[in-house]
Amino acid sequence: MSKIVAEAVIRGSREVFKQASDFLDKAIKEKGESQRIEFPETAFYMPMANALLGVKVETLKDAIAILKHAESLLPQVPADKVWLPYLGDALNAGMATLFSEEIIVALRYLYQQEPQKDCNGFFTDTIMRSLGIQLVDGRMPGFAAILGAAPDNQTAVKIVRELQQRNILAFVGSSVNGRSIIDQLIEENVQMGWDNYIVPYGRDTISGIYPLNWAIRSALTFGGIKPGQAEKCLLYTKERVFAFGLVLGELDDIKYATGAGAINMGFPIIADTDIPEIKPSGITVYEALVKELDHKKIVPRCIEVRGVKVKVSNIAVPVSYAAAFEGERVRKEQLQLEFGGKSGQAFEYLTMKDMDQVVDGKIEIIGPDIDQPEKGKKSMPLALIVEVAGRKMQKDFEPVLERQIHRFVNYAMGLMHVGQRDMNWIRVSQEAFSKGFRLKHIGVILHAMLHQEYSAIVDKVQIKIYTKQEDLEKLLAEASNTFKERDERLRGMTDESVDTFYSCTLCQSFAPNHVCMITPERLGLCGAYSWLDGKASYEITPTGPNQPVAKGAVVDQNLGQWKDINEFFYSKSNKTIEKVSMYSLMDSPQSSCGCFECIVAIIPEANGVMVVHRDYSGMTPCGMSFTTLAGSVGGGVQTPGFLGVGKLYLVSKKFISAEGGLKRLLWMPKELKELLGDKLKKRAEELGQPDLIEKIADETTTTTSEQLLESLQKLKHPALEMDPMM
Amino acid sequence: MSDAKQKSVDVASQQMIEQAEAQNIKIVWDRYDTMQPQCGFGQLGICCRICNMGPCRIDPFGEGPQKGVCGASADTIVARNLLRMIATGAAAHSDHGRDIAEALLLAAEGKAHDYGVNNPVRLREIATLYGIKLDGKKDLEIAGEVALKALSEFGQQEGELRFISRAPKKTQDLWRKLGVTPRGIDREIVECMHRTHMGVDNDYKNIIMHGLRTALSDGWGGSMIATELSDILFGAPNPIKSKVNLGVLKENYVNVVVHGHEPTLSDVVVQAAEDAELIKLAKKNGAEGINIVGMCCTANEMLMRHGIHSAGNFLQQELAILTGSVELMMVDVQCIMPALAELANCFHTELITTSPKAKFPGVTHIGFDEKRAMEISKTIIKRAVENFKNRRKERVVIPQETMDLVAGFTAEDIPYIIGGKYRSTWKPVNEGIISGRLRGVAGVVGCNNPNVRHDFGHTEMVKELIKNDVLVVVTGCSAIANAKMGLLKPEAALKFAGNGLREICEAVGIPPVLHVGSCVDNSRILIACSKIVEEGGLGESLSDLPVAGAAPEWMSEKAISIGFYFVASGVFTVFGTPQPVLGSQKVTDFITKDLENIVGGKFAFEVDPIKAAHLMIAHIDKKRQGLKLKPMMYQNG
Repeated sequence: MSKIVAEAVIRGSREVFKQASDFLDKAIKEKGESQRIEFPETAFYMPMANALLGVKVETLKDAIAILKHAESLLPQVPADKVWLPYLGDALNAGMATLFSEEIIVALRYLYQQEPQKDCNGFFTDTIMRSLGIQLVDGRMPGFAAILGAAPDNQTAVKIVRELQQRNILAFVGSSVNGRSIIDQLIEENVQMGWDNYIVPYGRDTISGIYPLNWAIRSALTFGGIKPGQAEKCLLYTKERVFAFGLVLGELDDIKYATGAGAINMGFPIIADTDIPEIKPSGITVYEALVKELDHKKIVPRCIEVRGVKVKVSNIAVPVSYAAAFEGERVRKEQLQLEFGGKSGQAFEYLTMKDMDQVVDGKIEIIGPDIDQPEKGKKSMPLALIVEVAGRKMQKDFEPVLERQIHRFVNYAMGLMHVGQRDMNWIRVSQEAFSKGFRLKHIGVILHAMLHQEYSAIVDKVQIKIYTKQEDLEKLLAEASNTFKERDERLRGMTDESVDTFYSCTLCQSFAPNHVCMITPERLGLCGAYSWLDGKASYEITPTGPNQPVAKGAVVDQNLGQWKDINEFFYSKSNKTIEKVSMYSLMDSPQSSCGCFECIVAIIPEANGVMVVHRDYSGMTPCGMSFTTLAGSVGGGVQTPGFLGVGKLYLVSKKFISAEGGLKRLLWMPKELKELLGDKLKKRAEELGQPDLIEKIADETTTTTSEQLLESLQKLKHPALEMDPMM
Repeated sequence: MSDAKQKSVDVASQQMIEQAEAQNIKIVWDRYDTMQPQCGFGQLGICCRICNMGPCRIDPFGEGPQKGVCGASADTIVARNLLRMIATGAAAHSDHGRDIAEALLLAAEGKAHDYGVNNPVRLREIATLYGIKLDGKKDLEIAGEVALKALSEFGQQEGELRFISRAPKKTQDLWRKLGVTPRGIDREIVECMHRTHMGVDNDYKNIIMHGLRTALSDGWGGSMIATELSDILFGAPNPIKSKVNLGVLKENYVNVVVHGHEPTLSDVVVQAAEDAELIKLAKKNGAEGINIVGMCCTANEMLMRHGIHSAGNFLQQELAILTGSVELMMVDVQCIMPALAELANCFHTELITTSPKAKFPGVTHIGFDEKRAMEISKTIIKRAVENFKNRRKERVVIPQETMDLVAGFTAEDIPYIIGGKYRSTWKPVNEGIISGRLRGVAGVVGCNNPNVRHDFGHTEMVKELIKNDVLVVVTGCSAIANAKMGLLKPEAALKFAGNGLREICEAVGIPPVLHVGSCVDNSRILIACSKIVEEGGLGESLSDLPVAGAAPEWMSEKAISIGFYFVASGVFTVFGTPQPVLGSQKVTDFITKDLENIVGGKFAFEVDPIKAAHLMIAHIDKKRQGLKLKPMMYQNG
């Protein structure tokens, strides 16, 4: 019965609190109260304390207050007989545990005891944001925090594979009787890491705070909830972050206490041991604490208890197939055979045909299959031609669908796909090959997935795979013409040439007030959706998140405001955003959900802007790192002077054109500069400033605003001569 | 079955009934027997002695007179008598509320130093409801304004009582449409008296609809003021452990029984009993200490807030004195049997009346004055202590029976009990009902009455309800009855509750039967129901909820008023023995059938507690169907 649980939780919370308290005393004694304390790369201090208490813990002294609060939450263990209600108490104890655990791991960072060997440790803001889009578009339907160890290595592998197949991100860690699932997976050579959807956090239960204080940050970043709005944060995680705890092996008091903390966040706990269950719902969506002794059933049971919505696609290929395998690499030593890349020539091409020219499901292999390569070679030529037909199919959709080949092929375990068009590179691993993977399976995958995801526009799909060099060369000539035509078509599109933009409210499941407007010259801030994608998406799902919005009368051409667009923003932002300028940073800029690739920020003293992308973790001249900046930009709020954007918007003619465009750009990380390379150069030339790129500073020049101004003056950056921004 | 066992299911009471018999002392059951057969005209409600042309009585068999001297029909007579009962009940609760408001005002003015604001959070909530600006004001300042606002509701002539706004909007709208929204507490009660004067309101429907309005002025007015302002003055209850039954009287202690209803004096008496000087004096007089215990609703008030033991419910007031161990019984208002005076004379027990509204001939009166509360309390306790030496040891018979219980549940605290500081919520209650784990909620309240086997009605009904996954809330004498049976212990869930209710109780750590306070605290049930509607998923008005009420052993006019405000709020309510209305088929039909189509709630009369429980369950199931809720998760029984 659940009283036993409450007792364990309360005992556990007292134990964790004492550990935290003793550790903090020791740290203060050794390093003094003013010693700084922090996690790497986060703008949220101690995230749990920041989100729920609104407190910014920066020093050991600040941590004292958190532990005082935790202590005030510690209840008495319920009496043996005639006990007083214990559920609220146990939940309080759970919160006290989380606050205490967060202080403990932060102190471990101070003493260089974290991250633990082979473990990720604290999850940075960058990771949180990059996962955001996968969260909202359903590619990643949920999160599992696994604690303990399976009875044997095979069971451990089986469980994480089952989660991977469902694209559920598994955080693995803690241990039972000195054994951790992390080591079980290492022993079985399971690839771990973010790309593989398996992330080891630490070998003790206390480090289980990492997935939790990662989850709570999503409420602040994507939910637009202010630090200190505790109940809102916890309801956000309950309703929008589909996480659950899976405890393998016996539970001790600290696991129970941490579990009670998770239950506060709406995350249920599923155990493989005979524990007392807590079935009534309300704090969690369904049951709060359940047991499932059969390891074969435990993953489906977790999914059911948390209400995770998994799209299970049954693709008839001999390897596991799921989005979780998207990021998996096939290394040289694992390689069976490859196409394209440095080793040979290959291309992929999707084209539309008339209905009667396509036989649905037909897969032709013209040339030898991968089991018959030329002697001694590990590479083959490849022309991958996908022909689709559909009553609603349009020429415009071809590149959108073609781009999905990358994703669809990557989902197969043991396959790697990089690049696109005639710059593609596909690898098949030995393991996949030995399981029976052959070329026709690529066809099976593309046929099934195009139907599954694009059934609204695709009626028929056939695939032709050529592996002879002479066929490839002949076919490539034809494809290349189309590639050129497509570039022209996309390039020719301007905001003025269309009368309709596309909205994107995909992220409203996370940031309820945020609305993206996608124009031909301004892609979505996540970088994943262009105007054409929006159009295709609307055709595919007419009631979906991408809606055509007629521009209506021009309100301000320079700012990029239209009457009907503004009205759309107002109604879809839950009446929080009255108007948006598509081309301005300063006057009613667009809000951000939190998924942005880059942040543009004003540097008033230099009369220009800087831009920083998600992968750059260093300091910037505006005095904030990406993560700190991101904290003030996300959540569906308009913040003049700050803008979340997709990378490609930087090279658009409409890039903050109201403020003078690219000429305002003073600083950007080197990596981003290189990434945009030619496109950036070309845009500078169009502006009549061919040497602009050299004038834009980067982190090798400076990361402070004083030095930035100096170097800009030296280089005569055009922004210094422009009209004042403010 | 022995005579005593037929009178009460409570073993301690049986023992004392036998004691009374052995000592040839006549108590309530004896007087009840002597009274048999009771007047049939009175039972049917068809006796009218409103004017001096009467008394008149209608022949229920249709052979004799069918009209009073004035021409009033049985319908008019029954309705008028019923309205007067409602008025009296509402007056009793509301006057209690007024006394609390006056105490709060005196405290705010600094004239009653023994009182203060013990619950600033609730004070501010209530002040906000009253539209009082809070900015920068001190607690006492706000308290003064709240007290004045509350007092003004008694004499208010127009508009609506403020707390009406706490009901779901749809329920409020219905009341307005029907014209039953109370304007002012005193006004509705006065109007009852006017309407029932000879030759005024003769339309039974019109009379009873005003009864609804008057009852609402009790539940959503006087009673609610009493509850809220008591919580402000004395602190809101939290779950608390205590003991109940005559066994809480202690052999070697000075036993003081505090009996009646209002917490103003009793709350201070509890503090006074901790006075070192008095304890010293008690020891000097040969006692080990001072033992304050409660009786009736005073017991509930002290139990809910301080965990003070309860010696018993209404029918045990004489039994307490019969133990020979009570040095002093202090009483204030309501439900105090006149018989106590004579009974106390048979023992060393000193009976002290304290309310200027309630004096007994020949009984010492120490008038209560809020301005000198502690001083008066100490005076009273000192008398008890000094009386200890008069106790005759050979006459002391204290039953051993005591029972543990957990009390102290309120509408404000339940979300915290469920969700803690961070996830405080009603949601699990609603989801429990929606998912079919809980069938619904029942309020079982009201008195004792020798016409029903003591505590049998309450406890049998409650056991049947919880067996069928109905969460039960109790107040008043019902709470004490169920506590004595062990149903207020959390362990009771394991023994008596259906599987679904048991899962909820085990998850939260609560008993299956929740003690929410004294009889004015029935207002807590109204607030809880409103909160459940607000949480969502269970309809838009109170009458949509799968809930029911009952008063299986009802006795007083207050019970009638409570019943009417629950019915008017949309709740199906079962009374054990019938209200005195059966002399008019029309009035009976109106309140047991027609009202459901008007306000959503109606009455039923069923003295068999098991059958009554199933009437409630059937009603709850009907409401579940109306809301298209899932079938029950478990088949019990």
